Amino acid sequence: MMDALTFVVAGAFAMATPLMLAALGELVTERSGVLNLSVEGMMAIAAAIAFMTTHDTGSFLLGFAAGGVSGLLLSVVFALLVLVFLANQVVAGLAVGILGLGLSALLARSYEGMTILPMGKITIPILSDLPLVGPILFRQDVMVYLAIGSAITLAWFLFKTKRGLVLRVVGENPQAAHSIGLRPIRVRFIAVLFGGLMAGLGGAYVSIVLTPLWSQGMIAGRGWIAVALVVFACWRPIRLTVGAYLFGVVLLLDLAIQALGLSIPSVILTCMPYALTIVVLTIVSSDASRIRLNAPVSLGENFRPAN
Amino acid sequence: MNIRQPFVLVPRQRQSRIALIAVPLVTISLTVIAAFFLFAGLGADPGIVLYTFFIEPLSSAYNLGEVLIKASPLILIAQGLAISFRAKVWNIGAEGQLIIGAICASLIPIYWSHSDSMLMLPGMILIGAAAGMVWAGIAALLRTRFNASEVIVTLMLTEIARQLLYFLVTGPLRDPMGYNFPQSVLFPSAALYPTFGGVGVRANLSIFITLAVTIICWVFVSKSFASFKLLVGGTTPAAARYAGFLPKQAVWISLLIGGAVAGLAGVGEIAGPIGKLQRIISPGYGFAAIIVAFLGGLNPIGIVFAGMLMAVVYVGGDNSLVTANIPASASVVFQGLLLVFYLATAVFARYEIRRAPPPLIPA
Repeated sequence: MMDALTFVVAGAFAMATPLMLAALGELVTERSGVLNLSVEGMMAIAAAIAFMTTHDTGSFLLGFAAGGVSGLLLSVVFALLVLVFLANQVVAGLAVGILGLGLSALLARSYEGMTILPMGKITIPILSDLPLVGPILFRQDVMVYLAIGSAITLAWFLFKTKRGLVLRVVGENPQAAHSIGLRPIRVRFIAVLFGGLMAGLGGAYVSIVLTPLWSQGMIAGRGWIAVALVVFACWRPIRLTVGAYLFGVVLLLDLAIQALGLSIPSVILTCMPYALTIVVLTIVSSDASRIRLNAPVSLGENFRPAN
Repeated sequence: MNIRQPFVLVPRQRQSRIALIAVPLVTISLTVIAAFFLFAGLGADPGIVLYTFFIEPLSSAYNLGEVLIKASPLILIAQGLAISFRAKVWNIGAEGQLIIGAICASLIPIYWSHSDSMLMLPGMILIGAAAGMVWAGIAALLRTRFNASEVIVTLMLTEIARQLLYFLVTGPLRDPMGYNFPQSVLFPSAALYPTFGGVGVRANLSIFITLAVTIICWVFVSKSFASFKLLVGGTTPAAARYAGFLPKQAVWISLLIGGAVAGLAGVGEIAGPIGKLQRIISPGYGFAAIIVAFLGGLNPIGIVFAGMLMAVVYVGGDNSLVTANIPASASVVFQGLLLVFYLATAVFARYEIRRAPPPLIPA
């Protein structure tokens, strides 16, 4: 039973990684004042392209590159709609998301049900032999470490660098940012593209590492959980990492329950991540003052330079 | 050094009549062009694909009946969502409200599976609408009480509804004599909408519900003061409060209306072409209706046309695997393309494109 629990606790890191990657990207996008609801679609198209690439070439590096680029390309469509054509951000996000979901199913249609060999894990010498923490912390794949590393890097970028400050200023008040010579549209464009890239990496992780097979609809709401995670984390990268790990545990809950030998109807377990998202979102949102302190003020509003 | 933009966007003071017609036409043209290149790139014959998706569905009585069957729920849900979107309340979980409406309504014919009571169908209609309202009401409650984003809540509730449906048709509501297929007993005929249009055509009387709701929405939007207040409530909360109409009410009204029509659409499926409860009762009508609402310009009449167009694409998706060797997911791509191009084109209806004025201080 101990082994099974270790497996669940260690596995939660892998479950958390795609959520973390996509949510970190969305966090940066939202910090610039843009709400991009197409995360689910960007992850889906990236999962499809990454799977096809890795399946055909055998290279995980190429798979992640292809996934990241396809997420980024889809986010270009979103950025154009919102930043150039001044479309409503919610609707544009839905539109691009639907496009991504449709394209993922269409492009990878001949790969349905195919599998690839799983990616190897990095075993850190000596440390991985430690009892308990060894297999949990030091026997993970490279993306798990990269995701945690990028959370720390982003926390430093947002709060300790000038560019991070520029990003936050644009998200707080694009008019003021514009009037002091910053370029809100350009900053937002870059932030949206970064979000697309990260969602793409997250999607790629789902299809080539987490469950190395392709099946249509395999993203299964992860993109939406990522959007909720950003609110949960109050737009802060480190809190987001913790939140993603919590969701990772919940997503593995049915395995954990089996390991403990309990019997709970499966419907409760399959609904758990979605129900938990609602509960957590409700609790965090109900503290209006905290949301007001942390949420980018101009989130969801388009910026049109006065003339 | 700032590079001067050559053009600026100035909001239009009055609606442009040309844009009203031109936007949908340009949207459809761009979608067709993009689809042409996309499918050519995928190695399909783009001519056959476009024929399958836009012409064939209109080519026979059977296909036309199918278009009507699919247009009805799309238009019905979109009418409700349009009211919501006008108020800037983002109910994007109509799919879940549809599923819950269908589940609850199906309890009557599953429990009384041999009854021929005339009250059966009306009862299902009432329960379906009420259940959809309750499901959407959860989001309204969490939004008004706790400020939780209705976007995420309605979406998560959709996933929960899906899981619940799957659980019920594989367990408690499964037909015990059904060889373990994940579906309920077949509904008695008293639980089904009467069909019309001849032998083999599946169009049914649920279309009159859609028609009635469309007319009500049209009257509501063009004549009634309440919809004006809902509209104002969405755009400027301060102004709305001045008019004595709290945004909270707008949230409640919007979500309850959306839930009711989605629930009705759910009843239309299980009491219509499906005739039982099964794992999948909607090919994403709740999501497609969002696109229909916007393509129709959030206008009751526009929504009817947009719903017909979307239904044509859906029927094309049903046929496309056979005729063009393209999976049904292509219809989702068409949906996405339509909305993306609509949003890109709509900017010309909302703004005038003007040449930027020369700089005051010569550079």
